[in-house]
Amino acid sequence: MKYLCLVYFEPHVFSTLSDSDKAALDRDSLNYDKELEKNGHYILAAALQSVATATTVRMRGGKISMTDGPFAETREVLGGFIFIEARDLNEALRIAGNIPMARYGSIEVRPELNIG
Amino acid sequence: MARRAPPPELAAGDAKAARADIEAIYCGEARRVFASLVRLLGDFDLAEEALHDAFIAASEQWPREGVPAHPRAWLTSVGRFRAIDRLRRKTRFDAAQADIAETLYGESGEDIETGDAMADDRLGLVFICCHPAISADAQVALTLREVCGLTTEEIARAFLTAPAAIAQRIVRAKTKIREARIPFEAPAPSELGERLAAVLRVIYLVFNEGYFATSGASVTRADLSGEAIRLARLLAKLLPEPEAKGLLALMLFHESRRAARTSPSGELILMDEQDRSLWDRELISEGLALLDSALLSRRFGAYTLQAAIAALHAQATRASETDWLEIVGLYDVLMQTDGSPLIALNRAAAVAMRDGPAAGLTLIDAILERGDLRD
Repeated sequence: MKYLCLVYFEPHVFSTLSDSDKAALDRDSLNYDKELEKNGHYILAAALQSVATATTVRMRGGKISMTDGPFAETREVLGGFIFIEARDLNEALRIAGNIPMARYGSIEVRPELNIG
Repeated sequence: MARRAPPPELAAGDAKAARADIEAIYCGEARRVFASLVRLLGDFDLAEEALHDAFIAASEQWPREGVPAHPRAWLTSVGRFRAIDRLRRKTRFDAAQADIAETLYGESGEDIETGDAMADDRLGLVFICCHPAISADAQVALTLREVCGLTTEEIARAFLTAPAAIAQRIVRAKTKIREARIPFEAPAPSELGERLAAVLRVIYLVFNEGYFATSGASVTRADLSGEAIRLARLLAKLLPEPEAKGLLALMLFHESRRAARTSPSGELILMDEQDRSLWDRELISEGLALLDSALLSRRFGAYTLQAAIAALHAQATRASETDWLEIVGLYDVLMQTDGSPLIALNRAAAVAMRDGPAAGLTLIDAILERGDLRD
């Protein structure tokens, strides 16, 4: 089955990290992607730019409307994702728990919905 | 390095055969390799990763180099070393893992190499999954996933629960096992009876979920009964205790009636109205042999007694030929070990068949008066 691991964190956590800790986190994150690729769990992963760069789009009655992020009162923001292949939910949770960012934020694991 | 390439079509054929072998070995051996890895690594998650790594390594190497002589030993050994490598790499970030990696590396892997002579670690795994420190719900989920190899989603479907709820149960149980340092070893003889009872309870619960449940997809449900029987067969083979055989016999007698107990429209048919020619004779004779062996031990308990009752039904070619005298006698013995209202009620029904409805009703009135059945 396929699972999407959504990585959430509070943006201020990074301001508490030293430069070397940040560098280590980046390195660990890239290494983890490589490890998942090697053992066949990896489908796709990306880190995202700050939530301040977000734009939200809606189509209503044929008219497009746009709003700028960030959104009020959001403490945890989406910072990236890893899309994985796993045998079952428990394996997906184990893989998600080892994502380096899980030590600073939280990972939401969502199974893929098969439509049709 | 100059390696001579084999003719391409032969290589392709070999590679295809190796892939088919890997798949067959995964189905037949993965849980046993996993159990050994849990024992060697002392951790479920580490063992799961190691098992995955071992099969990835097999899918890379076997098509090229051929399937090794002892695939199970190969997989266990490769999985163990991959896990140690992984721990060593983690050590750079987490000093606490360093000791674990070195301890594991230091422990000898002598029994890994011997292959088929190796003890079956699934027995130890069953006992961990059904450890009394774990809640009853979690014991069932953990056993089905770790020993039987069902996925979280399959277990959730069978028990009509959300996968997230089952997943949490399993994660919490594993945390408990880790934190309480529950050892990977068969229980001491002094506590074997109690620990075995927990395992048998889990197996029978899984079976009943598949056999008596009235909702859910019937196919999934039947699979659950099949899973319980498979597990009981394994248990009776690895630990031939009378009650393990007794439970297996009991489930086989139930299972032998599966085809006869529902009408084509899906309605339940009571035993005295079933077409007994539909009963599976093969399962019945397997059950009878197990029952004989359990009874001969003279150390049997409630499962064996229930199996003995089920056997009397199984051997009656017509409902009118049922030996109710013997069945009531067996219920009398059973009542001494298990005085539950359900057993009392079944006994009353048997008495009604032996002595007439009035005698049975008197007993049922007495049970109702005690109020035990209110739940």
